[in-house]
Amino acid sequence: MSDREAIDPGPPTYPEPTVPALAVEGLSHRYGATPALVDVAFAIQPSEFAVLLGPNGAGKTTLFSLITRLYNNLSGSIRIFGLEVRRWPSQALARIGVVFQQPAIDLDLTVAQNLRYHASLHGMGRDAARKRMTAELGRLGMVERAGEKVRQLSGGQRRRVEIARALMHQPRLLLLDEPTVGLDIAARQGIIDHVRRLCAEQDMAVLWATHLIDEVGPGDRVVVLHEGRVQAFGGVDDVVRGAGAGGLGEAYATLTRKDRE
Amino acid sequence: MTAMHYIRCLEGIVVRECRRFLNQRSRFIAALVRPLVWLFIFAAGFRMVLGVSIIPPYETYVLYEVYITPGLIAMIQLFNGMQSSLSMVYDREMGSMKTLLVSPLPRWYLLTCKLLAGVAVSILQVYVFLAIAAFWDIQAPPRGYLALLPALALSGLMMGALGMLLSSAIKQLENFAGVMNFVIFPMFFASSALYPLWRVKESSLLLYYVCAYNPFTHAVEVIRFALYGHLNGLSLLYVAAALVVFLGLAIYGYDPARGLIQRKGRTDA
Repeated sequence: MSDREAIDPGPPTYPEPTVPALAVEGLSHRYGATPALVDVAFAIQPSEFAVLLGPNGAGKTTLFSLITRLYNNLSGSIRIFGLEVRRWPSQALARIGVVFQQPAIDLDLTVAQNLRYHASLHGMGRDAARKRMTAELGRLGMVERAGEKVRQLSGGQRRRVEIARALMHQPRLLLLDEPTVGLDIAARQGIIDHVRRLCAEQDMAVLWATHLIDEVGPGDRVVVLHEGRVQAFGGVDDVVRGAGAGGLGEAYATLTRKDRE
Repeated sequence: MTAMHYIRCLEGIVVRECRRFLNQRSRFIAALVRPLVWLFIFAAGFRMVLGVSIIPPYETYVLYEVYITPGLIAMIQLFNGMQSSLSMVYDREMGSMKTLLVSPLPRWYLLTCKLLAGVAVSILQVYVFLAIAAFWDIQAPPRGYLALLPALALSGLMMGALGMLLSSAIKQLENFAGVMNFVIFPMFFASSALYPLWRVKESSLLLYYVCAYNPFTHAVEVIRFALYGHLNGLSLLYVAAALVVFLGLAIYGYDPARGLIQRKGRTDA
């Protein structure tokens, strides 16, 4: 087993560099009669940092649930490095790291036990897991805290451990659903800087969902989602220009107005 | 994906479940105290009231404590199965169920691993219970303790699968108390755990049929016979069939395409 992939890539050949990290096309979903996503389409290139921007209830969590196949999309397609999620769920999921909105970490287990559990879910062996754990905790400067229970860590540290966990199997696409919720300003900034650094250093695509425009950086790709529809997609400048606004704040306000068609 | 991936995944899930159980000391103690209270207090009190005639697998008259021990073993597993499903509802609310479900191995396999992990915990509980009961002179032949192991695996899987099925259908934690009342108590009382079925038949034929079709009765009987080194083939088949049905429905419930989890998605949206 190579160090890079925990799970065998399966029948499709290894993705070419030109294939988008994430390509969503014509994606619609509803709960009963209530539409949650309507004809959503966008793409993220490898090693791109993309922000999924939208107010609460815009459909961000639904979109994440569909990308990670918590449930199946009703129509449209989702491709991870060219792999259709519904058709190749295992191969697609092996390439994704996910950090959910709600903390999903065992507080009564140690940092190391949490990371090892995740590694085993990805079929990683003991040695590979240890190597990866040292690397990821080293990046956080937390190697010596591996034996501590997660409960003893601060909110910001817990989030970092969750991010480290999502990176254990070296995914090429990292999804984060409002990862800074509930953190103070300093911890929030710390997480943002950390993930941006990872994106640059690890040659990894990132999809970062948030409702806070100050989490958007100047070079980011932006997907503005409102009431289940993509209102704008492109670089920050394109989105601002497209909305005929003076800045991203104004553009976001215009694009997510309640009466907007 | 190789077989090694599958084995590592199973190992990881079982180890996590056992660690969590051992960490929650109160849960461990509660799991032991419950059957012991039944054994030491309830059974002691009813010993004079209820006489048990010689029925297989017993070869002689037995004390009431001896009669209800297999029922209490099954009760440990029933509670454990429901508790693992409670932890799955909790996990789902807390998000760690998502962490499990977004990992790359097939979902049916992940759920089966989760089930096996719960069974491992229940077997641990049962043997500690039997060790304490042995001091109370409730002893089975040595080969019975060995024969019990596969029986416990089967009955534990069946009750775990039932719990998992319920967990896929329960929307929130609050609904769980109702399940305890509507599932655990009726299953336990309408079974051969506390009284032999011929006694039930004497008082109510309808209740007798309810008990006879209750899968929990058959789990109790599989355990009772195994504990004395015997095999109850009919009950074994009945439990196995119930396992297949419950597990199939549970996997259906967690299926991303049709499943019930989808409706719940709305609450965390």
